[in-house]
Amino acid sequence: MTATVPLKDLAEVIRSKNAGPYEITFDVMFTDADRYAHVRDSGVLNPTALASLYSVTESDVRTCQFFEPALAFKLTLVRHGDQGSIGERDTFGAQQHGPLLDILVPVPAPAPGEEARS
Amino acid sequence: MSASLPIRIFTPQGMLGYGYDLADFHRTVEEGVDLIVVDSGSTDPGPYMLGLGKTLVTVESYARDLRPMLRAVADHRIPLVISSAGGAGTDEQVARMTDLVDRLADEEGLSLRVVTIGADMPADVVADRLARGLIEPNVRGELPSEKDVREATGLVAQMGAEPFLEILATGEPFDVIIAGRAYDPAPHAAFALHHGVEPGIAWHMGKILECGGACAEPKGGGVVATVYRDRFELSPSGPAQRCTPLSVAAHTLYEKSRPDLLPGPGGVLDVRACVYEAVDERTVRVRGSRFLPSDHPVLKVEGAAVVGHRAAFIGGIHDPVLIAQLDTFLERVERQAGQLHPELAGGTASLAFHVYGRNGVMGPLEPSTAVPHEVGILGEVTAESPELALAICTTVRIGCLHLSYPGQMATAGNMALPLNPMESPIGPVCAFTLYHLMDARDLDLFPVAHRQVGRIPAEEATR
Repeated sequence: MTATVPLKDLAEVIRSKNAGPYEITFDVMFTDADRYAHVRDSGVLNPTALASLYSVTESDVRTCQFFEPALAFKLTLVRHGDQGSIGERDTFGAQQHGPLLDILVPVPAPAPGEEARS
Repeated sequence: MSASLPIRIFTPQGMLGYGYDLADFHRTVEEGVDLIVVDSGSTDPGPYMLGLGKTLVTVESYARDLRPMLRAVADHRIPLVISSAGGAGTDEQVARMTDLVDRLADEEGLSLRVVTIGADMPADVVADRLARGLIEPNVRGELPSEKDVREATGLVAQMGAEPFLEILATGEPFDVIIAGRAYDPAPHAAFALHHGVEPGIAWHMGKILECGGACAEPKGGGVVATVYRDRFELSPSGPAQRCTPLSVAAHTLYEKSRPDLLPGPGGVLDVRACVYEAVDERTVRVRGSRFLPSDHPVLKVEGAAVVGHRAAFIGGIHDPVLIAQLDTFLERVERQAGQLHPELAGGTASLAFHVYGRNGVMGPLEPSTAVPHEVGILGEVTAESPELALAICTTVRIGCLHLSYPGQMATAGNMALPLNPMESPIGPVCAFTLYHLMDARDLDLFPVAHRQVGRIPAEEATR
């Protein structure tokens, strides 16, 4: 029996930021090694799903990588448009993380996110 | 800088001019540090600083933050490095920062030996290297044109550690280095390298320190690195803050494309074998970082130019009938404005609506389809002249205010306008026209100059 928990209930930090004017990078960071491993092993954070989530082509996904030493996952996308120029919406790229918050991660029922949070 | 290892490097804030806690600053300096480094620039705020020569904060903010640092330089003989001076690190911004340091030193009764490093790039050099295929496409696969190079109003390169190392190698004493555009970790790394620190440790320490206490919990303020040959230890300068293995590891991958390999001038920082250990409740030890040197020097060249002039208005819409048909309404406003201004219809001018409360932040990528009870509209018009931008912006604002729409009940006006005048010129709009890696073999860049600022020393005055 499985349930799902939104990523925001398992991670400690979910953020976006420019990596130079031509890339935007997203970090998902964990304080708990078990949760990190669980999200990694769930496979939900994969290039195909994330490209679809952000309506970009998979070739725009430049990094989609778990990094154990920091208990972190990093996604880096090509940034389109001209940073800080005509039509800019987010000069620092710091408010593009929203869609990641609600990615559903399968967990064994009952959801450990509810138990471990207490 | 005759200190032997370990050396203690202090960065009191992540960005010069953003303010910092003076009690934390003075306590940290009293505890003993060998060097103060503060970053003053970034490309993150966009291209306007490079394109227009504007600074990131006002001169008053720079003066407020610099004055205690200059006093510490004089009272404790601690060298200070200001890098990427003024925001973009152009030669003009280096000169203005040097003038400010001169004025502050004079007001404080100090005499300081200042070394400046220029980072302006001659357009001829870049154009020549572009023609010879020595500039790499950016991550989008784009190369600049020769016109981009020639017409850039600001053109700089990010210096690596070398210019700082050359200054240190001369042994000539100095109090303040004011550097133009630099790779953010370069000054910290250079001082560590000069003292025999392993390159991986030196660059990793620089990468963490350049953002000040951003590596701490809660983030903010300053941070001190105690640097040994094969490791460094980080402690935040705020007593209520902590550096933890996770906070430092997390900051290592901040604003970088990859979490494991961090390329910069001179090579790649490899943090795959890195170990982060808690020394005590607020101090973290980092070791295991490696540096993979590149086989030839490569520099990142940054260029910006003015691409138009902008005017804008802000308004709010609360009427549910209009909100329900907002997209078609805004298309009609644009079409009508295009009939009055052929530049808009023809594409030499542009209009962008940012609809806050709906998708102002994410635009077409916004996943939410919820219907808001009110929206904010930022109308952004860009044209070839400030006058035309304002004229089109006025037409668009009037259209948003008065154009009729199906089912309209509120016939007196469509939009709540908070500002008066209701539309405003915003000024020139810039764009990065270069942000590219260039083969830097056989180039003599980053000129160094020495000068005395502030009060002339008594022995010289009486000589």
